[in-house]
Amino acid sequence: MKEEQDYVQDIAQIRSIMERSSKFLSLAGWAGIMAGVYALAGAYIAYAVFNFNPNQLIYDTKSASVAASLPKIVLLAVVVLILAIGTAILLSSRKASKRGEKLWNALVKRLLINMSVPLIIGGLLILIVMANGLIGWMAPFALLFYGIALYNASQFTYEEIRSLGFIQIGLGLFSAYFVEYGVLCWALGFGVAHSMYGVYMHYRYER
Amino acid sequence: MKISINGLHKAFESRIKLGIMAALAVNKTLDFNSLKDFLDVTDGNLASHLKALEKEEFIQVEKSFVDRKSNTSYAATELGRAAFSDHLNALEKLIKGVSE
Repeated sequence: MKEEQDYVQDIAQIRSIMERSSKFLSLAGWAGIMAGVYALAGAYIAYAVFNFNPNQLIYDTKSASVAASLPKIVLLAVVVLILAIGTAILLSSRKASKRGEKLWNALVKRLLINMSVPLIIGGLLILIVMANGLIGWMAPFALLFYGIALYNASQFTYEEIRSLGFIQIGLGLFSAYFVEYGVLCWALGFGVAHSMYGVYMHYRYER
Repeated sequence: MKISINGLHKAFESRIKLGIMAALAVNKTLDFNSLKDFLDVTDGNLASHLKALEKEEFIQVEKSFVDRKSNTSYAATELGRAAFSDHLNALEKLIKGVSE
């Protein structure tokens, strides 16, 4: 017969395993802050340097000015994405090893699969609308599908990610109607909202 | 002090078996290595506890091959889920009885 103390420990153990095995908790708050900073820098470069601020849906992709700026915008977006993901992997793996866990496990795999379905569909859709000159829809679609991906991912990690997803979806819908605010909404969603979330997560869970 | 311990299951006296059931309660299936990571136990230790739970028919085992390497996945059975939840309820009662 076990002592009462043992049963209390049993319950603590059950709780910890159920949480650790169903929720990915190594996502670092700083990763969100840095992703937001990269996004803001990217949006600023696109707006100020490349003069990218679509105020209507349809552009003639064969016209010289659009054809010249579009590849640069795509390259910029890829750089921002790689920086953000790279930082997230680096900081999260550091946090995981601090918690004595591995970054790569069945849970992370499930999280990434659930995120990547909407992200890949959204990415393909953005390429399609871009090829058809619907430049004004790039930012709203990016926000919308990223928001859906976050909503999906929230089942496997911190629940707060779900409200971050709703913020992105809201900004996406807004900018789909008010096309001229597309770049601004993108900067708000990927930049400001990310950073604020990162700060919140850092103070809530990592101190 | 009289405490009812009906529902406390002998199989869950081992903390590793309890851990296995906890992990399988919130995941549809888990493979051997994921379980090992979550529970932080050695191969042999985990394998023997899994075998015991399989014997009780609390978990079901499915063997398959991924890239010609064998991959074993584990899932809780209905019976196992019921036993685990009974065990939790009994633990709860026990703790409440102690604190009253």
